[in-house]
Amino acid sequence: MVLDLVPLWTILLGLAVFYYVVFDGFDLGVGMLYGLVRGDAARATVMNSIAPVWDGNETWLIFGGLGLLTAFPLAFAIIIPAVYFPILMMLLALVFRGVAFEFRFKHPALRRLWDCAFCGGSLVATFAQGVVLGTFIQGFKVDGRQFAGTSFDWLAPFPLVIGLALIFGYALLGACWLILKTEGQLQDWARRAAGISLIAVLAAIAGVSIWTPLVHPDIAQRWFRWPNIAFLSPVPIVTALIALAEWEALRRRHELTPFLGAIALFLMSFVGIAISLWPMIVPYRYTLWQAASSASTQAFLLIGTLFLLPVILMYTAWSYWVFRGKARGIAGYH
Amino acid sequence: MTLDPVLLSRLQWAWVIAWHILLPAFTVGLASYIAVLEGLYFLTGRESWFRISGFWTRIFAVSFGMGVVSGIIMPFQFGTNWSRFTDAAADVISPLLSYEGLMAFFLEASFLGVLLFGRRLVPTWAHFFAAVMVAFGTLLSSFWILATNSWMQTPQGYKIVDGRFEPVDWTAIIFNPSFPYRLLHNVTAFYITTAFVVMGVGAWLLRRERAADDARTMMRMALDLLILLVPLQMFLGDQHGLNTLEYQPAKLAAIEGRYETAQPAPLTLFGIPDDAGGTMRAAIEIPRLGSLVLTHSWDGAIKGLKEWPADQRPPVGPPFFAFRVMVGIACIMLLIVVAGQVLRLRGRLWGSVWFLRLCQLAAPLGFIAVIAGWITTEVGRQPWTVYGVLRTADSVSPSLTGANVAWSLAFYVVVYLIMFPTGIAFMAGLVRRGPQQPELESPVDQIESGRPHEPFETAARATLQV
Repeated sequence: MVLDLVPLWTILLGLAVFYYVVFDGFDLGVGMLYGLVRGDAARATVMNSIAPVWDGNETWLIFGGLGLLTAFPLAFAIIIPAVYFPILMMLLALVFRGVAFEFRFKHPALRRLWDCAFCGGSLVATFAQGVVLGTFIQGFKVDGRQFAGTSFDWLAPFPLVIGLALIFGYALLGACWLILKTEGQLQDWARRAAGISLIAVLAAIAGVSIWTPLVHPDIAQRWFRWPNIAFLSPVPIVTALIALAEWEALRRRHELTPFLGAIALFLMSFVGIAISLWPMIVPYRYTLWQAASSASTQAFLLIGTLFLLPVILMYTAWSYWVFRGKARGIAGYH
Repeated sequence: MTLDPVLLSRLQWAWVIAWHILLPAFTVGLASYIAVLEGLYFLTGRESWFRISGFWTRIFAVSFGMGVVSGIIMPFQFGTNWSRFTDAAADVISPLLSYEGLMAFFLEASFLGVLLFGRRLVPTWAHFFAAVMVAFGTLLSSFWILATNSWMQTPQGYKIVDGRFEPVDWTAIIFNPSFPYRLLHNVTAFYITTAFVVMGVGAWLLRRERAADDARTMMRMALDLLILLVPLQMFLGDQHGLNTLEYQPAKLAAIEGRYETAQPAPLTLFGIPDDAGGTMRAAIEIPRLGSLVLTHSWDGAIKGLKEWPADQRPPVGPPFFAFRVMVGIACIMLLIVVAGQVLRLRGRLWGSVWFLRLCQLAAPLGFIAVIAGWITTEVGRQPWTVYGVLRTADSVSPSLTGANVAWSLAFYVVVYLIMFPTGIAFMAGLVRRGPQQPELESPVDQIESGRPHEPFETAARATLQV
């Protein structure tokens, strides 16, 4: 008998995606907020708060993409063509953002331009990721093993709203990161930004929680049918409690708790989506098991992943430890 | 005129990978060079090794960063534009691609940081070890990506179930017939490419009498490596060609510009291929030489493209011309390297301004040869994505229209034309500053919280602090 590796790969991929969303989420959020911060010294501090870690965070996108390709190739082959333009926007935005990080120091004359590239790149990449998520929840038109819709199916109200929602979501993560990494006026500013983002995020979570079951009867069934409603009711209740705690933490000027609270809100949204869609990987058409690659393929990659992943995680933890504490602008460094 | 999504997707793939391949072509060799320099510094403690290593590490950091950024785009291309290929072949090739990503990821996460930022944080031996591991990582990365590419060229170790490739034997999949040749040929090409850049930069510094001792060291090291590798590469290329003759004879016929089977076969030096007419116009041929080169016998037979149905023939033009560019560059390289060694034996190397200038001009030759070689092998594989089994036309995403791909291609063209020239100008600026004395550097801020301005730059400066 061959061991069924699908559950393990589901967990690994789920963790990778969640890790990416939280970690690149906060630095994309910081990138967007960067455009709203005034003053060179404050901007330098904002930039330095993510400079040591952003590229490491972004590489998880490759891990997520390749993991999906290897473990669930059918999902990759259907989903990615369906979001052809959002993926294009995201990739090019990430390219601009990445090079802007380095080049803005090189060309003082063009600094404003690279600043725009950095901020705009973060914004577009975030929006595009939200659109991808929205299209995923919306579902795909499939014929056999191929995507059968058009390259513009994502251009619908639901994906676009999720795109906007994610902008506030990442902004919340980014603002909470800045609360953690900065002091004084900048920190106060970040607190206000976090408050505004939190309100928008909660509105989005509530809106999506009502919208999705209305559009998809299966999802409504799953949540509201007895006895599921008894098991699942803690999910919205816990989410609401976290939201309250987050608001309190911001009001009481905590430094670390808001960031943890924002992660917890993302986690609850993630769990909510997983419950709604389980066990689909190509929503409403193919399950995880139907889309899985051969057992031999999954086993072959698993060996290396189980060996390399802990090392990568340990190193990542160490690098965050090295760069712990408050970020500073280091004015007049040159 | 209707836009063909297959052709445009191929152009898009060619565009994004042609730019991307330039970076590994440089960083694979450079990582090994830095490892050697770090090793020499560790063993001898001479400041010169240290300066040269710091100089190239700065440039390495920029090109590696650009390689990562342009590399993120590549795996998504499989999904966006080649979803039918992905669905058919992912069970076999995706773990190889994932291993490539994981290893590159692993090395970047773990050792590149130490190499860039760890000069003052870790002892010399650990820094040397990090350099070796980065070099090893780039080689592992080449290993996996070329295994993937080679499997598409000479597939084996699979069975077909419901129209999809399923893995049967991983060893056979990875070590497929063209893989050893392709790996050696590519890695050697990458080393040669880097060595010509190092030699060109050394010559540039020397002509301006900047860091002259270090520049001479760079040129000496490059010349010593090249006098071994350039002839070796010609031998490896010949072996790779024989492998192609055995496993991909149609590709070889296209490279040779041979439409009609011939025994004995001449060698076509030049001509204007006419695929529609099935003939080589204005051909310049040397009798019997084709048989001699390819079959290593005086009257061996070479199959012409007409042995295959018209819909299984690759186009002749791109492989035919690109191959001649590659071989021509190899010959020029050999002449330069031999001339350099002769001048050096006579003690006239450093005074020969014409030779130094020639080295500067030759610095980009390796890149052109790599692109030409890649065109030869990839266009020669057509009309297949998986050679002889899956057609390129059957690999593209069915939902794409020509206009979709035209737009995305236009975006990639614009963004790359901004990003790459800026990056190259950035690296040129680093070259202009030259290797620097540690004591001339301003002290680096403590790396505590928040990397200071100019992460790569500071990294490189940090490597200069003891």
